[in-house]
Amino acid sequence: MHELPVTEDILRIVAAHAQQAGATRVTRINLVIGELTSFIDDSIQFYFEMLSPGTPAEGATLHFTRIKTRFRCRRCAQEFEPEGRNWTCPACGALGGDVIAGKEFYVESIEVT
Amino acid sequence: MSKQVTPGRIPVVQKLLTANEQVAADNRDYFAAHNVTVINIMASPGAGKTTLLLATIDALPERRIGVIEGDVASQIDAEKIAETGTPVVQINTGGACHLDASMIRGALPALPLDDLEVVFVENVGNLICPVSFDLGQSYNVGLISLPEGDDKPYKYPGIFEAVDLVIVTKADLRPYLDFDLDRFTELVHGLNPDAPVLCLSAKTGEGLRDWLHWLEERLG
Repeated sequence: MHELPVTEDILRIVAAHAQQAGATRVTRINLVIGELTSFIDDSIQFYFEMLSPGTPAEGATLHFTRIKTRFRCRRCAQEFEPEGRNWTCPACGALGGDVIAGKEFYVESIEVT
Repeated sequence: MSKQVTPGRIPVVQKLLTANEQVAADNRDYFAAHNVTVINIMASPGAGKTTLLLATIDALPERRIGVIEGDVASQIDAEKIAETGTPVVQINTGGACHLDASMIRGALPALPLDDLEVVFVENVGNLICPVSFDLGQSYNVGLISLPEGDDKPYKYPGIFEAVDLVIVTKADLRPYLDFDLDRFTELVHGLNPDAPVLCLSAKTGEGLRDWLHWLEERLG
């Protein structure tokens, strides 16, 4: 449900950058979404198809790059990806860590003609 | 003459949902100007958010408390709060799974902020979506009830990473459930070492003092 305001935001950002570049048509939108954010590709795609007609982004391909959650161990600074119930640092065995990746949520680039 | 466009890739790198963050920043300034501390309470449906608020209101009659209730539909929670004489405003999100900053802004005229020192925002019951929407709160508090299970940090890391305090509710059910509080606390601290984990029962009053103490420390 909350992908609606997100998709509106994507279209706003894309239109602004396309206009700035003097482009009339956007062919591809590259999005980066961290695993820890709660945004679903299919749902953004659904709203995009509903909202994009009549905008410079009409017909553009949405490309999602998903970033996996990454911890940095607080004890030994080892970086690792937690998997399910395994939050243990592979180097020293400490549990968890500071989240250093997985919260990304941005428009990385657009491709225009 | 139209500008020459070179087809190709244009770097953007622009964060999404900044419109919400801007409104949240405005809310934060507004609360600061009124000297109001705002506590955003996030939890699953049925975790005991309203019950904890009612117990808190009852325990702190000298505090000037206001409440913003967020639900998909109904006035049920707001009516319970209003019965205590506490100023309350109900937001119905009409299907949306979370509150956002503009909903909070829209609700503010209904609260006598000049007369309040703390506003509790009871977010829509959901462990996922509310985390992504800043409201302009001073603190985030996450509630989880014992029957939900001690493995929740594995399943919903986002909320446990985002909160300033974790409260395990329905402590009176401990004899009947296998919730391992030490294990749960270890997991929460694995993600978020700065968030204290409290266990209480708003029904029996067990552990309530720790929560009131945390709150009073922040209200000054």
